[in-house]
Amino acid sequence: MILNVNGQQRNVDVDPDTPLLYVLRGELGLNGAKYGCGLGQCGACTVLVDNRAVFSCVTPVVALQGRRIVTVEGLGSTDNPGPLQHAFIEEQAAQCGYCTAGMIVRAEGLLRRNNEPTDAEIRAAMQPNLCRCGTQVRILRAVRRAAVVIRTQAEAQG
Amino acid sequence: MTALSRRGLLTGTGALIVSAPMRGHAQTPPAVPLDTKDLPGSLKQTPYLDAWIRIDTDGTITVFTGKAELGQGIKTALLQVAAEELSVRVDRPILVTADTARTPNEGYTAGSHSMQDSGTAIRFAAAEVRQILLNEATTIFQLPVGQLRLDNGAVVAPDGRRLNYGALIPPGILHVVARPGTQLKTPGSYTVVSTNVPRVDIPAKVTGGQAYVQDMRLPGMLHARVVRPPHPGARLTALDTSAAAVMPGVVQVVQNGSFVAVVAQKEFQAIRAMRALAARAQWQAAEQALPKQGDVFAYLTGLPAQDITVLDSRHPQAGTAKTLRARYTRAYQMHGSIGPSCAVAQLQDGVMTVWTHTQGVYPDRAAIAELLNLPPAQVRCIHVEGSGCYGHNGADDAAADAALIARAVPGQPIRLQWMREQENGWEPLGPAMVSEVAAALDAKGRIVDWDYAVWSNTHSTRPGSAGSLLAGQLVAKPFAPPPPKPIPMPEGGGDRNSIPIYTLPSARVIYHFIPQMPLRVSAMRGLGGYMNVFSIESFMDELALAAGADPVAFRLTHLNDERAKAVVTRAAEGFGWGHAKPPAGHGHGFAFARYKNLAAYCAVAAEVSVKQETGQARLVRAVAAVDAGQIVNPDGLRNQVEGAILQSASWTLYESATFDAAGVTSLDWASYPIMRFNAVPDSVEVHLIDRPGTPFLGAGECGQGPAAAAVANAVADATGKRLRDLPLTGDKVKAAIGV
Repeated sequence: MILNVNGQQRNVDVDPDTPLLYVLRGELGLNGAKYGCGLGQCGACTVLVDNRAVFSCVTPVVALQGRRIVTVEGLGSTDNPGPLQHAFIEEQAAQCGYCTAGMIVRAEGLLRRNNEPTDAEIRAAMQPNLCRCGTQVRILRAVRRAAVVIRTQAEAQG
Repeated sequence: MTALSRRGLLTGTGALIVSAPMRGHAQTPPAVPLDTKDLPGSLKQTPYLDAWIRIDTDGTITVFTGKAELGQGIKTALLQVAAEELSVRVDRPILVTADTARTPNEGYTAGSHSMQDSGTAIRFAAAEVRQILLNEATTIFQLPVGQLRLDNGAVVAPDGRRLNYGALIPPGILHVVARPGTQLKTPGSYTVVSTNVPRVDIPAKVTGGQAYVQDMRLPGMLHARVVRPPHPGARLTALDTSAAAVMPGVVQVVQNGSFVAVVAQKEFQAIRAMRALAARAQWQAAEQALPKQGDVFAYLTGLPAQDITVLDSRHPQAGTAKTLRARYTRAYQMHGSIGPSCAVAQLQDGVMTVWTHTQGVYPDRAAIAELLNLPPAQVRCIHVEGSGCYGHNGADDAAADAALIARAVPGQPIRLQWMREQENGWEPLGPAMVSEVAAALDAKGRIVDWDYAVWSNTHSTRPGSAGSLLAGQLVAKPFAPPPPKPIPMPEGGGDRNSIPIYTLPSARVIYHFIPQMPLRVSAMRGLGGYMNVFSIESFMDELALAAGADPVAFRLTHLNDERAKAVVTRAAEGFGWGHAKPPAGHGHGFAFARYKNLAAYCAVAAEVSVKQETGQARLVRAVAAVDAGQIVNPDGLRNQVEGAILQSASWTLYESATFDAAGVTSLDWASYPIMRFNAVPDSVEVHLIDRPGTPFLGAGECGQGPAAAAVANAVADATGKRLRDLPLTGDKVKAAIGV
């Protein structure tokens, strides 16, 4: 089966009903999406499918052929972090960080459809994702910071 | 740099054991000179300088700690301490964290001890190494120390001659016992300590780098899942492996008594096989049913208890004007790590290597060695980060599970991760607790008598022996759990922070330690300090109300410690305490404690709102003030305290583990709700009171109690009703306000 992950066509050999999470981690060697609950209740496994945030732990891979999958690895690297990744570093918006990749991808989904979200809109968008260390105040700051950067870039590009 | 060191840890399997030099802390420690008891921090137990700092001839500086990164930022803070005293940039040293083959044995990374123990050891060891380097340089340069300057790993003479640290270190010169009385740098000269060095681990965590034991991929690694009994105490009577054995990818079913696991090529294949096995396993139920959840406090206080007098300065009082009494309760609560516990284990050449997010590699090694009947020297535990733990969760058990499975599949690395329902169903809970307090006020509104009692199970069933591990209890020849013990004061377990920090002329504190545990319990962030501070600080507000006093003023009246007063005052000022009445439906609350009465001071002022229709309270804003002694990383400290406040607010407003006669029933996030983004405060401010040059005071847990009580006091202020049963859920608030 062929999957489009982070802009690349990837051939994977798995049972079609395998959840996407295990394909990303096991077949493609990607670390960003995490196993948290396997029930779509915590958001640690969040990835984008056609720009919408989904729980990869409950999404069978068979449903995803021909769709654009983006993980946190697709948003930048340590040398060249994307706006949200950079904002999370600037705000030091992590403690253990296990939820962080899911948080960033969830926020990316929001900012792709709305780069001027209100605080209420950010909270509503982030509602599915849990953080146990209590870094949510920093996460909200990081999302607001990234939104400003993304807006500024968009305006600069006219 | 950290990526490099982590890669070294992850891929170094057996080679490192062979190449690691024997250190003072290894299997057969050399006789430690008697005067090490006066050395600071963990130098007492591990006094050799080269156990902490090593400088290679190429100038590579390696710092060793027996503590583990749990998401609290300890790697960054320890690097700052080392870099400061060694006069190098913070990105220069390589840090090696808890590893039984390489680092000192510093027990558990727990109790807010890391900076006090390891940070202090590294601070003094690094300072002494700097002085040794300077002394060497004076000989070579033929110049007095005063003319030499240090520049990022080199000693520089006034004429420009430079000597790299590596060139200044004759072999073995650091293999000496630390001397007492080493001079540290003066705080005024700090360039690394007391600055906001960004966390070294965050870049990998935000970009999908290999950051966790869950992310390890060793060559030939197989995936395992355990099949747990349907509830604690159940024994396996029959297991039909025929269906699972022929499922795609299945390599092996491992059974040992009631311990059942399956190994497969791919992770989801292991999960499928786990489900197939579970469906065909027969179990004999446990003999004893659990108490009814609604009766648990009466049940616990009815069990035999060991009565410990924690404090007794009580004497009869004259002139008592008012006596108040209250009883507080706290439900069982979960650590609830977002990532279920995980470990990787490999048996190779007779050595079992376990990569684990345990808080204590050495105690975990002892337990796993006993479980596997191996000498400890043939078990190596290497800490690799996991999801935040907040105490004793499933980490040690998962490590033991992985080792037991890896023994059955020699040579192959085995990655085991628990499922969410396994984590929730089997992790040791934060114990349910009860407290009762009575206090008397005189006519001036001063407390003249205080009588406090607390009931609790133990707050540590951590390993050290195989009987503490789930796997140890499940194998065919099970290991008996060691008898539970109270943790002695001054740190305490159930009685942690049970002695009020206030100046009281007459006081008694009794700890009713209950050995028998209906549910598995152990250390959860703050231990009994969460409940005791909740109780004491709720009651202080009740007393203030009875005395007609402002809660902050009432606390200050009863405090003598100037640092305590400063923290209380700073939090109150930062919050604007008493300046304006809260809006309708809102309330203000205040609380203070010094963690364990010997670590960081923390005061929290909180504003909550209460929804009339549902009774649900929300923490709207919090202002904290903290004195943690010398601050190493201000932003790191703020992050810890902010997190403590949010986590404690979540425990306090939402969280109780549910159970039926058989076991825990809150097996997912729907049945164990925690704070979500809609309830996250609008703002959390943490004011730091730096005390340059003073000892580090552990701060990682200092916010748990004060945040809980501040929230409870704010709920009381908002509703006019005092709630004393944790958690303060919407249902309970609604019942209290009668809407």
